[in-house]
Amino acid sequence: MLIGAIVAGVVFGLYFTLVGLGLNLVFGVMRIVNLAHGDFLMLGGYAAWWLLSAFGIHPLPAAAIVLVVFMLAGLPLYYLVVPRLQRARDSEMLSLILFFGLSQMIEAVTTIVVGTTERSLPGRLLGIGPMIVLGARLPKPWVFSAAVSAVAVLGVYLYLYRTRLGTLTRAVMVSRDEALATGIDIHRVSAIAFGISLGLAGIAGVFAPFMLGSITPNIGVGLNITAFAVIVVGTLGNPLGTVVGGIVYGVSLMLMQTYFSSWANLLPNLLLIAVLLARPQGLYGRRVRLA
Amino acid sequence: MRKRGLLPDLLLPALVLVAFGAAPFLYSNELMLFNFVTFLALAQGLNIVYGFTGYLPFGYVGFYGAGAYGFALAVMHLHAPPLAAMAAGGAAALVLAVVLLPLLRLSGAYFAIASLAAAQAVYEVVSNPALENVTKGPYGVSLSGVFAPRFSYFVALAILGGAFALVVWLRNSRFGLALQAIREDPVSAASAGVSVVRGRTIAWLLSALVAGLVGAAFAWHISVFYPDTAFDLGVSIFATVFVLFGGATTLTGPLLGVLILYGVYNWIGITVPQYFQFIYGALIVGLVLFLPNGLVSLLTARGIRVP
Repeated sequence: MLIGAIVAGVVFGLYFTLVGLGLNLVFGVMRIVNLAHGDFLMLGGYAAWWLLSAFGIHPLPAAAIVLVVFMLAGLPLYYLVVPRLQRARDSEMLSLILFFGLSQMIEAVTTIVVGTTERSLPGRLLGIGPMIVLGARLPKPWVFSAAVSAVAVLGVYLYLYRTRLGTLTRAVMVSRDEALATGIDIHRVSAIAFGISLGLAGIAGVFAPFMLGSITPNIGVGLNITAFAVIVVGTLGNPLGTVVGGIVYGVSLMLMQTYFSSWANLLPNLLLIAVLLARPQGLYGRRVRLA
Repeated sequence: MRKRGLLPDLLLPALVLVAFGAAPFLYSNELMLFNFVTFLALAQGLNIVYGFTGYLPFGYVGFYGAGAYGFALAVMHLHAPPLAAMAAGGAAALVLAVVLLPLLRLSGAYFAIASLAAAQAVYEVVSNPALENVTKGPYGVSLSGVFAPRFSYFVALAILGGAFALVVWLRNSRFGLALQAIREDPVSAASAGVSVVRGRTIAWLLSALVAGLVGAAFAWHISVFYPDTAFDLGVSIFATVFVLFGGATTLTGPLLGVLILYGVYNWIGITVPQYFQFIYGALIVGLVLFLPNGLVSLLTARGIRVP
């Protein structure tokens, strides 16, 4: 049972890496907290549901469509709000409030358009029956979603470390001012990172109905806390550290569900508070969290 | 010190208290009036911590819910008289605030999210079916034995008076000035001899106490409620929007926010709450971008002192 829980935890953790990845990328590059991340994820889930029920499109091509559409939507959104935010005195705090407002708007519109009914996608689309890994019985859709997440993480890695734009992005992450002084077009780099972040949220959303069971318009707030817990446990501002955070979160979630199932919902909240308080300096000593 | 501003600071709350004291005898929808008083008090309570220290707890509703359940548990298990149960509600919120004191070590955005996580955690505990014997879990509590709508309305009004008094005190005292100095620049304030930790701690506890007492009054007035209503994130959102809309650190700002926004909310009716969720979300976005210090900043930016 212990090994089973750990294996399932790693699979879940890979998925939650994807949930937090975009949020962390935006934080790393722009030093703002996109508190509407979970709501973009929710929108991705509804997009997958709509593409399937209206056009019969399988979730895998749907994920590609969602990725492109969300990335393109991210660019104008970036230019609309972020440069203005960054001129403010306390941009981190203000961004939190602003995106909180955006999150409320998205949730409201989604509720008006699709109602509050729970939506789910048939799991058989991603394979039938369980898959046995090290004696653990895992539903095939979980394994499928985890595999897509791993591909997405790899994609972000290749982007950051093997392309010119990725190098520029990392330069902005290390020091915004020095990057500006070197002549890097910060807004272009940031806008693309913002687009990628929304695209990642969208893909995570496409698989949310399989991983979370079903989706409703109000899952955004809870997912925001989860995503934030994941990236805080990993390292804030380091997208690849998200993998560590995701797996720690996934494994502890599965252990909680196995041994203290009625208290499992407490986990992301407690994990977030505990890590914020116990390791306020972060894994790489970036002192961004302390007052 | 700044005696000039004290008179309007006292007049405005007095006016509000008299108006809402007379209102139940002139207008029959007492629940709506009660909700107004609730939000007026919550907005001033949030004003204490946000306006004077700059910390914005998204999980402010956690104290409100703790107060409501403190009241309910005292009535259900100890058969306490309502006023004693009110004290239990306030105490529950204070205990939660003391437990969460370490959160004040975090800077703004992390504090906001951690407080939200804390409120969710308390909700998960209270609404957990495993605790049905203690809190009645997700099935809600019924306190019909102590139901007293008129009396509890005036208790809530008294709490509003207390919240007003706290804000007036902060606006006109040396301590309040020290808090604002901390908000603007903690390092300089500390080097000028201001105790940063003590200041923030007191503001945090007072703010939590107000929310806890309001929550207890809510539990008393409404007498049947569920964890979903006592820990409704909407309470945090409303209080935050009201304070931001009007402008923090003043008495007028949160007051205007409640009277205008909550007034419109009740006037149009709440058949489709999502429209308001949308409008409030849009308001938050617009305010952050164009008027980050609220409505009153239109006056204060021109050097006019607003109570």
